[in-house]
Amino acid sequence: MKNKKTFRSNLITYLLVIVAFVICQLVLEGAIPGVKMTRSLKGQLVPICVYIVMAVSLNLTVGISGELSLGHAGFMSVGAFSGIVMSSWLVSAFQFENETIRLIIAMVTGGVFAGAAGVLIGIPVLRLRGDYLAIVTLAFGEIIRNVMNCLYFSLDGKALYIGFNNPSLPGKLLVNGPAGATGVDKISTFTMGFAPIIFTLFVVLNLINSRSGRAIMAIRDNRIAAESMGINVTKYKMMAFVTSAVLAGMAGALYGLNYSTVVASKFRFDTSILVLVFVVLGGIGNIRGSIIAATVLTILPEVLRAFSDYRMLVYAIVLIVVMLATNSPLLRNLVERIRPKKKAEAKGGDAV
Amino acid sequence: MISFLSHLVNGISLGSVYAIIALGYSMVYGIAKMLNFAHGDVIMVGAYITFCATQYWGLPPVVSVLAAMLVCTVLGVVIERLAYKPLRAATSLAVLITAIGMSYFLQNAAQLIWGANPKSFPSVITLPTLSLMGGQLLISGETMVTVLANVIIMIVLTIFTSKTKMGRAMRAVSEDKGAAELMGINVNATISLTFAIGSALAAVAGVLLCSAYPALMPTTGSMPGIKAFTAAVFGGIGSIPGALVGGLLLGVIEILGKAYISMELGDAFVFAVLIIVLLVKPTGLLGKKVHEKV
Amino acid sequence: MTQIKRKSDTKMVPVPSMAIVPERDIDKAPVLEARHLGIEFGGLKAVDDFNIIIGKTEIAGLIGPNGAGKTTVFNLLTKVYQPTTGTVLINGKDTHGMNTVQANKAGIARTFQNIRLFNNMTVEENVRIGLHNQVKYGMFSGILRAPSYWKQEKKQHEKSLDLLSIFDMQDMADVKAGSLPYGAQRRLEIVRALATNPSLLLLDEPAAGMNPHETEELMENIIKIRDQFQIAVLLIEHDMNLVMGICEGICVLNYGRIIAKGTADEIQQNPVVIEAYLGKQKEA
Repeated sequence: MKNKKTFRSNLITYLLVIVAFVICQLVLEGAIPGVKMTRSLKGQLVPICVYIVMAVSLNLTVGISGELSLGHAGFMSVGAFSGIVMSSWLVSAFQFENETIRLIIAMVTGGVFAGAAGVLIGIPVLRLRGDYLAIVTLAFGEIIRNVMNCLYFSLDGKALYIGFNNPSLPGKLLVNGPAGATGVDKISTFTMGFAPIIFTLFVVLNLINSRSGRAIMAIRDNRIAAESMGINVTKYKMMAFVTSAVLAGMAGALYGLNYSTVVASKFRFDTSILVLVFVVLGGIGNIRGSIIAATVLTILPEVLRAFSDYRMLVYAIVLIVVMLATNSPLLRNLVERIRPKKKAEAKGGDAV
Repeated sequence: MISFLSHLVNGISLGSVYAIIALGYSMVYGIAKMLNFAHGDVIMVGAYITFCATQYWGLPPVVSVLAAMLVCTVLGVVIERLAYKPLRAATSLAVLITAIGMSYFLQNAAQLIWGANPKSFPSVITLPTLSLMGGQLLISGETMVTVLANVIIMIVLTIFTSKTKMGRAMRAVSEDKGAAELMGINVNATISLTFAIGSALAAVAGVLLCSAYPALMPTTGSMPGIKAFTAAVFGGIGSIPGALVGGLLLGVIEILGKAYISMELGDAFVFAVLIIVLLVKPTGLLGKKVHEKV
Repeated sequence: MTQIKRKSDTKMVPVPSMAIVPERDIDKAPVLEARHLGIEFGGLKAVDDFNIIIGKTEIAGLIGPNGAGKTTVFNLLTKVYQPTTGTVLINGKDTHGMNTVQANKAGIARTFQNIRLFNNMTVEENVRIGLHNQVKYGMFSGILRAPSYWKQEKKQHEKSLDLLSIFDMQDMADVKAGSLPYGAQRRLEIVRALATNPSLLLLDEPAAGMNPHETEELMENIIKIRDQFQIAVLLIEHDMNLVMGICEGICVLNYGRIIAKGTADEIQQNPVVIEAYLGKQKEA
């Protein structure tokens, strides 16, 4: 029974994404008469893909693993810069020009480096709990940004030079410390942005409904009980954290290769919070919700230009109101009275 | 040597500001068991109020600072009542997200009211600069006032928490909310009082911070806020002397790190300290050890 | 009180004095052996010189007034706390340096006084967590839905329902554990602990909050579980009907020290135990 329900729910999620993608493609090709996409909206298509992947992957940490991570943008930046460097190096070293394959390799590279960063950060971070864990992920996010500001990469044929706090490198400077990466080949496309979404959904949804995913959720629900059931807490927390980092790195590469200039300050704490807003608004632990929230909240400011000054203010209010509505006993009672939930399901237990 | 001393003085000055902010974090964390992420933004509000009072309304500095303290006290209590109180029984995840939302709300509200551009904050301190060692080591009036304010606040708060009835109530609530309530202590009032004191201190810290670093922006408070939290953790959360020690050490580490190792990585040092402290001694330098009940 | 059949095969085997009931049969390899176990919290000895031996398929009770250190003993045995003194052997294996996870793998499973279920997961998923270490497929097989995934998931599902049937809980498999009634939550904790395939089951106040009828059912079920799974049970309980009814050996703890050991009858007549529970009788 349960399996069928999850299966149907997952199917709806996949279908939702695929249908949305097909509709967008049709509109882009002018196949639907009378419906056209504005230039600014077209420009948002890749970022939407990026933020969907970011939101779903953060939901794996926050919703499924139950740890508040405030440094998700840090992994995104690692992915962005490693992806950019890889994509440029392929051209410079091998004259490899195929954009689709370069983008794929760049995303894989971004995922690998972000995953490595995830392991390095996860080892100390996952020993902490609650607020302390959150604040340390924030600290690491800032450290990553600080370090990125000091990194210099240059390409000279096949050779890749890396400098720390040292811009005088041979060849053509690719990543220039605080000035970021300039002259990036914009190879990200909407079609290719769709692939990581499907990949992310495949990984996250299948993980949740497997032995490992259940272990992760058990630790979230009750760490001490999970330990006494023989579940290796560090291993499974790490699994969720690193998977989440890999996916964020992939999204970062897609994001980085969508602009000609990318600076490290783009991946500030604000970006981490923005993604957190998507997760909270879509429902903590609700993957489909994250997708919808990321899409709607990325499009909304584009559609309502006049509203853009108030955007962050409204997000802040939404964040507070959603948390109060879902967690305050007073408000929750009120909601339940208005909309009586399916209690019949829970009643089954009274029979014994 | 002289440059080292002058860095040290700057570090102590910055550290004193951190210590005052850290006190607010520490007291709130000790009592409400929550990380009040918006605390740093209350600093910013305090600084803006002082700025408006001196620049637009022409009030004398002392009155301006008092006005800022009053506004921040009210703000702190209102935030607690509206956003945090309904979540007393909620998970720490929910409370922290709400606090982040509150922080964002304050920043963006400030941006709408005062604009995003930095305002040049005129120092409210008129004390002359002290010149030592034949003019080689200069100690500004701001530094002296900051350190002095820090010392006074620490002494007053220590006396308050140990000698007065309300102070003892605060300590009781931080130990055990339920038991304190059974003993007839008004827990809600005590928590409000804690937020009020913390926020008033934040206003003072805001004025001192902006007097030393005059660029005032809606995001002015967030970084010092996070660093001050680091200081509170460093010293041992919930401990008044801990906030002092943690703040001073962190200020000195930051300034010396920036001066002698790398300007760009200054913040990274501060956060590295946080991470190391949490891993090696999670209860901080002067904190107490707590056992987890199974 | 219901008559419950007691296991009474008494071969005469020389037994160490740490066994609760010396004349009872203790297998050559006892399931649990704790020697001089003790822990201090800030100078206070919460448990001191705790010695016990539990034989295979023995049901033993640990009783004592509130705050005597009973749950602390459980936490020591399951390695939630590391003891300051003494050793714990599970199936003859020294658990020194082990953590909770390794203690569970060594064969010790427990329930909790304040129920600790995975509330946001279903009843079946809770049991599946118990089966975690008996299912063999990794993260990637799970994500890629390899054949081993389908095979093991099916096996796990069947086994979960099998275990739930001990308490007739199969019908609740898809209910969220957090929404179960109290008694069912306690039963689910036992099933979940059993799922880890332990040789010793620790039950921390299994009858707390149950009515007399439910408690009687529970007593029968504990015996049933022991017989079916051939495991030993050590339980903490305040309900004396339950303790005296099913425990073959009883250990009384007060102020962190064992003050008496023996069969139900012996314990009931022991003046030290009576004093610990009722206070010192005034001399006439």
